[in-house]
Amino acid sequence: MATRTGVTPELEAAAERAQARRGLLVSLPAYVYLVVFFAIPLVIVFVVSVFGRRNPRGATVYGAPSLDAYRKIFEPGPDGSYLVLEIVWRSLWLSVLTTVICLLLAYPLAYYIGTRSPRVRNVLLVLVMIPFWSNFLVRTYAWRVLLGRSGPVTAVTSALGLTDTPMIFTVNAVLIGLVYGFLPFMVLPLYAAIERMDWSLVEAARDLYASGWQAFRKVTWPLSRPGVIAGSILVFIPAFGAYVTPEILGGSKTTLLGSYIVRQFLQARDAPFGSALSFVLMSVMLGATIVYFRTGGKTL
Amino acid sequence: MTSRWVNRVLGLHSWVVYLFFYAPIAVLVFLSFNDNRLVTVWTGASLRWYREMLQNDQVLAAIRNSLIVAAVSTLVSVILGTAAALGLERFRWKGRQLFDGLLYLPIIIPDVTMAVMMLLFFVQVFGFVELAFGPRIGLGLATISLSHIAFNISFVAVVVRARLAGLDPALEEAAADLYADRRRAFLHVTLPLIMPGVLGGALLALTLSLDDVVITSFVSGPGSTTLPVYVFGLVKRGVTPLINAVSTVMLVASMLLVFVSLVFQRGDGKVPKGTRQ
Repeated sequence: MATRTGVTPELEAAAERAQARRGLLVSLPAYVYLVVFFAIPLVIVFVVSVFGRRNPRGATVYGAPSLDAYRKIFEPGPDGSYLVLEIVWRSLWLSVLTTVICLLLAYPLAYYIGTRSPRVRNVLLVLVMIPFWSNFLVRTYAWRVLLGRSGPVTAVTSALGLTDTPMIFTVNAVLIGLVYGFLPFMVLPLYAAIERMDWSLVEAARDLYASGWQAFRKVTWPLSRPGVIAGSILVFIPAFGAYVTPEILGGSKTTLLGSYIVRQFLQARDAPFGSALSFVLMSVMLGATIVYFRTGGKTL
Repeated sequence: MTSRWVNRVLGLHSWVVYLFFYAPIAVLVFLSFNDNRLVTVWTGASLRWYREMLQNDQVLAAIRNSLIVAAVSTLVSVILGTAAALGLERFRWKGRQLFDGLLYLPIIIPDVTMAVMMLLFFVQVFGFVELAFGPRIGLGLATISLSHIAFNISFVAVVVRARLAGLDPALEEAAADLYADRRRAFLHVTLPLIMPGVLGGALLALTLSLDDVVITSFVSGPGSTTLPVYVFGLVKRGVTPLINAVSTVMLVASMLLVFVSLVFQRGDGKVPKGTRQ
């Protein structure tokens, strides 16, 4: 702000105080709302995970603080198998694989859209936005129909003599559902990064006798990296905590962390353990997001 | 720039990806017009399942609940979210950064964690109310709306802030120089300028509220089922032609929202990015 004549330091300080008061006042309703309906619930989850115990009737009683609920994640179950760790591991590699496949599918598409004329570009972009905004549950359900026992995909694979067993309720079905569900989340940030790229740099590389591949490796790819990171985070986070997709397309052997947490509340009635798992899940997400912001991401 | 050959491969790849995007939806819509009770056995085109849907009281009640929750949560979160965006983008104040962080959390947090949070919170509150005042209250449309507002405020704020950040503060200063008071400057200068952002935020909030399954299923009580939660319950039991019809209606509704948002955002050139599943 330009200093004007006649503005004393006292006046400026008063103006600053007034500004601070107004800023707080304007934000206050949302602030209070989020403290009551978000921060306090978050604290409650933590309190339940540390102070809560499940009594034999499935109710939660409170006692001295302990990390038992967290320890349970690393302990073998009654049958001696490390069920929870298996589920966490499965969620992790499935979400990483989903992210990689989405990147491989989305990058060439985003590049293609970004290099079209503005008119074609807008049409292609809207065609990505429609699935992006469409109901996630419905889009996942479509695959239940496609991959089901008498579904079209099964009909095709058995006609080709590949396999008669439907893909539904397998890990592959969950993977397809995750990729299908989150692919638009990858395309849009990638497109944004490629679209605002300075193409004269690529031309300069080509003028200096770089091959097409070299120019891509040394110029295009590094310049589009913010989009790659943003898209990867936007796919990885919801995929790791996915609940709807494994519930609809997966089976008893493909339980993911999201479904397992829900089960702790709706079936096992073990609120402390479910709370501990939710807290761990949230911490992983926060970690991933901090990495994202550290690497210079801005669009969320 | 790119060789012809590379261009062709890229074009072909794009067609395949678009096919991947749209084929499942197209099959679903097509099958919703199947007359047969078995989803994948085609016996003829009919609107039978749409008729059945309109006669199904549970579906109609779920649609009504969804619309109530979406309207309430969008309205409240647009007002609170826009105010929060203004407070963060236009003023410097103590505690601003803490609020900034708190505002981002609902976007980052996984649905399942938020669902758990809201359930445990409401259970505690209900217990407290019963102990202190006596009346027994339970989960219902109010708890669903309160939870939806909690995540929608953040999404609205992010979209409106993006719009505010791209705005020239000189316009507001000019209004002040022309002796407009704060209220007038806001109503006649700032608000019209950020309107595309506010509407974009509202559409995002509406979509997220109409889509949510996980959080809603945790905080809904008997009789307060929303459409996605109802459909999710049906889907878990199997595939039926009725679900296909309801799904098609939901798809058409979201596509209408996309087109409305495109009309509003025209000239703005930017689409709000980032949404929960």
